[in-house]
Amino acid sequence: MAEPLLAVRGLTKRFGGLVATDRVDLEVADGETLAVIGPNGAGKTTLIGQLSGDLVPDAGTIRFAGEDVTALPAPTRSQRGLARSFQITSIFPEFTALDNVALAVQAHAGHSFRFWTPARAERALREPARATLEQVGLGARAAVAAGTLAHGEQRQLEIAMALATRPRLLLLDEPVAGMGADESQRMVQLLRALRGHHTIVLVEHDMDVVFALADRISVMVYGRVIASGAPEAIRANAEVRRAYLGEEIPA
Amino acid sequence: MNWLLVVEQCLNGLQFGVMLFLMAAGLTLVFGIMNLVNLAHGSLYMVGAYLATAAFNRTGSFLAAVAFALAATLAIGMLVEVIALRTLYERDHLDQVLATFGLILFFNEAVAIVWGRAALFTAVPRALSGHLQVLPGIPYPAYRAVIILVGLAVALLLYVVVSRTRLGMLIRAGASNRTMVGALGVNIRLLYTVVFGFGAALAALGGAMAGPIYSVLPGMGEEILIQVFVVIVIGGIGSIRGALVGAVVVGMVDTLGRAFLKPMLSTVLGPSAADNAGPALASMLIYILMAAVLFFRPQGLFPAVRS
Amino acid sequence: MRSARALTLLAGFLVLGLVPVVAALANQPFYLDLFRRIMIFAIAAVSLDLILGFGGMVSFGHAAYLGIGAYAVAIPAFYGIHSGLVQWPLALALSGLAALAIGAVSLRTSGVSFIMITLAFAQMLYYLGISINAWGADDGMRLARRSQFGGVVDLANAYVFYYVVFGVLVALLWLGHRLIHARFGVVIRAAKSNEPRMRAIGFATFRYKLAAFVIAGAGGGLAGALLTNQTEYLTPSYMHWTRSGDIMVMVILGGMGTLYGPVLGAVAFLLLEDILSAWTVHWQVVLGPLLVLVVLYARRGLYGLLPGAGARDG
Ligand SMILES: Nc1ncnc2c1ncn2[C@@H]1O[C@H](COP(=O)(O)OP(=O)(O)OP(=O)(O)O)[C@@H](O)[C@H]1O
Ligand SMILES: [Mg+2]
Repeated sequence: MAEPLLAVRGLTKRFGGLVATDRVDLEVADGETLAVIGPNGAGKTTLIGQLSGDLVPDAGTIRFAGEDVTALPAPTRSQRGLARSFQITSIFPEFTALDNVALAVQAHAGHSFRFWTPARAERALREPARATLEQVGLGARAAVAAGTLAHGEQRQLEIAMALATRPRLLLLDEPVAGMGADESQRMVQLLRALRGHHTIVLVEHDMDVVFALADRISVMVYGRVIASGAPEAIRANAEVRRAYLGEEIPA
Repeated sequence: MNWLLVVEQCLNGLQFGVMLFLMAAGLTLVFGIMNLVNLAHGSLYMVGAYLATAAFNRTGSFLAAVAFALAATLAIGMLVEVIALRTLYERDHLDQVLATFGLILFFNEAVAIVWGRAALFTAVPRALSGHLQVLPGIPYPAYRAVIILVGLAVALLLYVVVSRTRLGMLIRAGASNRTMVGALGVNIRLLYTVVFGFGAALAALGGAMAGPIYSVLPGMGEEILIQVFVVIVIGGIGSIRGALVGAVVVGMVDTLGRAFLKPMLSTVLGPSAADNAGPALASMLIYILMAAVLFFRPQGLFPAVRS
Repeated sequence: MRSARALTLLAGFLVLGLVPVVAALANQPFYLDLFRRIMIFAIAAVSLDLILGFGGMVSFGHAAYLGIGAYAVAIPAFYGIHSGLVQWPLALALSGLAALAIGAVSLRTSGVSFIMITLAFAQMLYYLGISINAWGADDGMRLARRSQFGGVVDLANAYVFYYVVFGVLVALLWLGHRLIHARFGVVIRAAKSNEPRMRAIGFATFRYKLAAFVIAGAGGGLAGALLTNQTEYLTPSYMHWTRSGDIMVMVILGGMGTLYGPVLGAVAFLLLEDILSAWTVHWQVVLGPLLVLVVLYARRGLYGLLPGAGARDG
C-alpha cells in the first residue's frame, strides 16, 4: 500500500493550560481533499499552523511525502511542497497583486541573492505569476496594490500565492471566510477546479462548501479529532451531530 | 587573590546591580505597560543626580536633597509624559526612539547650560562616611551598604505594590487589556502618567544616590542606560523579576571583570599583554554575556507573558 | 509627475557637483569641507536606510561600522601603510564582518530587543576603542596622511577628494537602485511588509536580512574610511551612540524607505547643525525639541515633499 502524502501521529500543542491540539492522528492520500470541520476554537488553525511549520508542536510527528518534517522550519516545508493560506488574510499590501504572486514564484525559482536584474523584468517570475492570477480570476487586477483589493479578491490572492509555489499539498484555512454569496460561489468554483489536481486540506465552517468539495471529513472538537470518514458517514454520525452539526453554525 | 578584596568587590557588584535595577525597573514597567521605549530614561537619572547634588551642596542635608530630587524629577517626568510622550504610545518603536533621542539631546544640553560641562562633585554625607563591619574583619563603606539596602527595599516595595495593591492590579490589567481597564471607569491616561512619574522617581533615586560616588556630568544617563538595556535584554523585556536578576548579574559580572580580569590574565598571558587586553576585555564582558544569553534564549531569562 | 521628480533629483546632483566651483569662485573653501562631510554622512545614511527603511530593521548601532571603517584606515596608517587600496577594502571587509557577527546575534530577536541590542553592541565597540591605549584610547590619533592611491588620485587636494566622495555617493545610489529592485531587494522589502507570509511561501528570511545587514555595515565602514580621511583624525567618538542616533535621524528626516531621502536628510540635518551651532553653543537644546516635533507632526520626511514623490520610490 502506498504511503499517504501526509501522515500525522499524536500531534499535541498546548498554550499554557489549554490543549489546542490533542493527540491528533490524520492521513491524507495523494490527490484527496480532506475537510477539517469543527466549532470555533476547536484548534483547526493551530493544526494548520503546525502542519505548515509556523507553530512548533509539543509532541507528535508529521510525515510528508515519506519524510519526517516535524523539525523543519516553515520555509523548508514550503520548499518540500507544503503551502498554506491564512484564515486572516496575509498578503503584502503595498505590493501589486502580481508582485505578491511573483514573490511566491521567486521563492521557488532558485536563490534570491541576485542584486542586479530588476525582479519585475524577470519573465521567469512574471509569466507564471500572471498565469496563476488568471487561474484564480484576478487577471484584470494584476497591477492593483494588494492592500486596496476588495476582501474577496484578497482571499483569491491568498490562494494564488499558495498555488504559485507549485505545492504538493494545499492547506487552506477557511478560504471563503467573510465572503458574500457571489464571491463565495466563485471561490467554490475555483476550489472545485483545483480538486483532484491538488491534494488539499480544507478547513471550513460553511457546510455547503464542505459537502461540495470534500472526499473525506475529519471533525475536531476541543483539540481532538472525534470522527473521520466519508461525507455521508459524517453526516450520519450521531456524536458529530451532537457535538457539532447540532450547534449553531456561523455563516 | 585575597578574600577581603573578593568580598568587597562582590559587594560593589551588588551595589552597582542595585543601581541598574532602579533604572531597569522603571524602564521595563513603562515598556511593559505603555509599550513605550523611553531612551530618555537615562536623562531622568541624570536630572535626579544633578538636582540632588546641587541641593545637597546648598542645604547640607542629604536626605532633604534626595527628597527634593525625587519630587522634582517626578514632576518633570509627568510633565514630559503629558507634553510629548503620551502621543507616542500608539506610534511604532522607531518614532519613540527618535523622539526620546531628541529629549536626551535637550536634557543633556539643558543641564550643561545650568551647571556647565565639567563634572559636579559632592562628598558622601558625613553620617555615612565611615565603614561598616559587614563580616567580621571585613569593613565596607557605609554609604555603599546603604545603597544596597535601599535598592533591595525598593525591589521589595515594588513587588508588594505590583502584586498586592489596587494600583498594581490596574498596572497588571493595563498591561494586558487597556480597553478593559478603561471600561472599568479608570482614567487610563492618568494611570499612565502616574506610572511614568513613578518610573522617573525611581531613576531619580538611582541618580541621587549616584551623585557622591560617580561623576555627575552631562551624558551620564546614557552611559548607565545602555548597560540597563543589557540588563533588560538579559532579564526579559517587561519583567520586573527579570530586571532584578539581570541587574545583579550584570552588576557583578561588570564589577568583578574590571577588578579581576587583568590580574587573572596576567598570570596566563604575562603582565604587558594583560595590561592591554584586560581592560578591553573587561569593558566587553557584559555584552558578551548578553550575546551568549540571547543565543540560547532570544526572549531573555524571564520572558514576560504577553498575549 | 515622474519626470518632475527626475528633474528635481538631477538638479540636486548638479548642485552637489557644482559646490566646489561655487566654493572656489566665492573663495569659501569652508563649503567644500562642509558638503564633503555632508556627503560622507549621506553615504552612511543611505546604507542604514537599506536595512532601516527598506528592511524594517531598526538598527541603533550604525556608528559602530563608521568607527570600524575609520580604524581600518587609521591603524594601517599608524604602522606606515598608507595605501587606500589596502585601507579601503579593509574597511569594507572588517565592518562587514562585524555586521555579520552582530547581525547573527541580534537578528534572532526583533522589535525593541533588536533596537537595544544593536545599540549595546555598538557601545561595546566604543568602549573597546577607548580602552585600547596602543591606538590612542579615548584621545584618538592623528592620521599622518590621507589614503594614497599611487599618485593617481591625490586626496590631499580638497577638490579631488570632494569628487571622490561625490563619486562614491553616486555609485552607492546607483548600486542601491539596482539592489532594491532586484530579487534581493524585493525579498528585503517584502520581509519588512509581512515576514510570516514570506516564510510561508518559502523564503528563509533570516539569511537575506543578515546579508542586508552586512551590506549596510560595509556601507557604514566605507563612510567611516572617508570620514577619517576628511578629519585626518581618528577618534572612538565616531562610534558613540549619539552618532548612531544622528544617522538615524538623517534617514527619518529625509524619508526612510526611499533611496534619495537619506541624502536629503543628511543635507538638512548637517546644515541645520551648522546654522544652529553658529548661533549658539547650546544648539542641541534647540535641536532636541525640534526632533520631537518632527517625529510628532512631520513623519513622512523631506523626500515626500518633492514634486512627483508620491509614486513608489525608484
Ligand atoms: N497563540 C496562541 N496563544 C494562546 N492560545 C491560543 C493561541 N492560538 C490559539 N489559541 C487558542 O487555541 C484554541 C484553538 O484556536 P484555533 O485558532 O486553532 O481554533 P480554530 O478551530 O481555528 O477556531 P476558528 O474556527 O474560530 O478559526 C483557542 O482556544 C484559541 O484561543
Ligand atoms: Mg481558525
